[in-house]
Amino acid sequence: MSQFLWYAMVGSGLFCIGLLGLILQRHLLRRILALNVMGIGVFLIYVALAKRAGLLPDPVPHAMILTGLVVSVSATALGLVLVERVQRLHGRPELPEDS
Amino acid sequence: MNLMVLLVLTPLLGAFCTFVLPRQSRLLGMAVALVLVSAALALAWQVSSSGPIRMVAGGWDVPLGIGLYADGWSALMICLSASVGLGTSLYSLGYFGSHANNHIDKSTSAGWWPLWLLLWAALNALFLSSDVFNLYVTLELMGLAAVALVALEAHAVAAALRYLLVGLLGSMFYLLGVGLLYGLYGTVDMAELSVNVQSEPAAWVAMALMTGGLLLKAALFPLHFWLPPAHANAPAPVSAVLSALVVKAAFYVLLRLWLGPFESLATQQVGQLLGVMGAGAVLWGSVQALLAPRLKLVVAYSTVAQLGYLFLLFPLLGSTEAGAIAWYGGIWLALSHGLAKAGLFMAAGTIMHAYGHDRVADLSGTGQRLPVTLFAIGLASVNLMGLPPSGAFVGKFLLLNAAFVSGQWWWALVLITGGVLAAAYSFRILLHAFRNQESGTSYHKPHPVMEWSSLAMAVGAILLGMFSAQPLELLMVGSTLGELTLTEVAP
Repeated sequence: MSQFLWYAMVGSGLFCIGLLGLILQRHLLRRILALNVMGIGVFLIYVALAKRAGLLPDPVPHAMILTGLVVSVSATALGLVLVERVQRLHGRPELPEDS
Repeated sequence: MNLMVLLVLTPLLGAFCTFVLPRQSRLLGMAVALVLVSAALALAWQVSSSGPIRMVAGGWDVPLGIGLYADGWSALMICLSASVGLGTSLYSLGYFGSHANNHIDKSTSAGWWPLWLLLWAALNALFLSSDVFNLYVTLELMGLAAVALVALEAHAVAAALRYLLVGLLGSMFYLLGVGLLYGLYGTVDMAELSVNVQSEPAAWVAMALMTGGLLLKAALFPLHFWLPPAHANAPAPVSAVLSALVVKAAFYVLLRLWLGPFESLATQQVGQLLGVMGAGAVLWGSVQALLAPRLKLVVAYSTVAQLGYLFLLFPLLGSTEAGAIAWYGGIWLALSHGLAKAGLFMAAGTIMHAYGHDRVADLSGTGQRLPVTLFAIGLASVNLMGLPPSGAFVGKFLLLNAAFVSGQWWWALVLITGGVLAAAYSFRILLHAFRNQESGTSYHKPHPVMEWSSLAMAVGAILLGMFSAQPLELLMVGSTLGELTLTEVAP
């Protein structure tokens, strides 16, 4: 198995684990973590794609991941603030309709 | 300075300044709004007189640089954001400004301007982006700003968080699809992708991932579950921009992709599937709007229904003679719905402000106390039903024409049923609102700017139907589908 395929498969696996977690978990902190796991999966696939072409890695996917990481960090921060507010308003860190 | 750069940088700078100087935020915000409206008009004029504009920001060439592209369609979408944006900005002066509005505290109104200008910047950047990765970045900027805006209303945090989770999930799918496309073809530029994409399994996966992610963001039935709570609980100006612009932006990206990179992949079956989901949205959204107990919830479900119409154009795109007509019709519906829905949400916010509630059954007396607002609701309803001379009539007429020309008459049934259902839920509101007032209900008068800005939006949607020739010409600039020629149906 080539290195590229191995990384791409691990990335897809992480994506699916994250997706499953997002759907199945009720605790909002876990859901936000699940989204992060999904994101890491996507980034890993990008990394694999960058190394696929030749000996030197392609810088464009790397630049994209850096942008994606910034977005991911900001989204996580916003999510955590909202989780804290939901906890204060509804008494537990779950979306009210789910419980 | 280049107009396209101006359209993105001004609101970004404005967001920063209103954040640092909250005391001057109203003045600064309105100044930015006026600059953006003039820039949008100038861009429309420039595009219509000298054709599509393309530029690369910062001197870096594609794929490293950021490509900006404006054709008639993007210019028209930017004009829509500008008009809805100006209306909403004016409305917010009254909504967040008056001390009578007790349920809005200081932090809410301090958060409004920076976040709203950030959202505006993201929208303009999205309509000008020419590559699929920048579309991802702008979609995320837009999504984050929109979530934060919903969360301005303290009791809407759960709805905001659900919105965030759904939005991020959609983005993940979209981003994975972008990665696949780059891996396959070595580019993310839309024009280059349009040439290179071939029908192969990996491209199919990319298309499915990106389309799925965008459908989640565009709230197409049955993926609409997050929209009604978020749109109905947000502060009124926020609901207005979310319903009028933000969901439209996801639809815009999807349609761009389907007309460009995915054109060779979009088969009849996939188009029909989107059409069926759209039809489901029209019926389900309208019925829910008919049953909803609160005015803002009615309006939010009406958005679900009206979004359904837009997706009826996908099954018609494949037809050679009807494709262009359906495209013009769909965009016309999107534009007129944007204006009408902004007006309707503003009017609902005015009523909520005046009465302290928005229960449909207790709206009696609105006709006597808030005639301007009620007139705005009436005009917006004319648009939702698609009656002449509204802009939605033009759009629906074109879609009907396309449905008959392509022989897919069943979509016409959906269009007509949807119009009847829209009439039903609109008349339900008007019926309650026109009843005479019972004595003893508490009421305080809203700021006149709130009433008049909602009316201006609704009137704009009507004008879009009466003066549609020039904007339609603008829409044709740079269009790959060619000119609009109506075809008669042979019996």
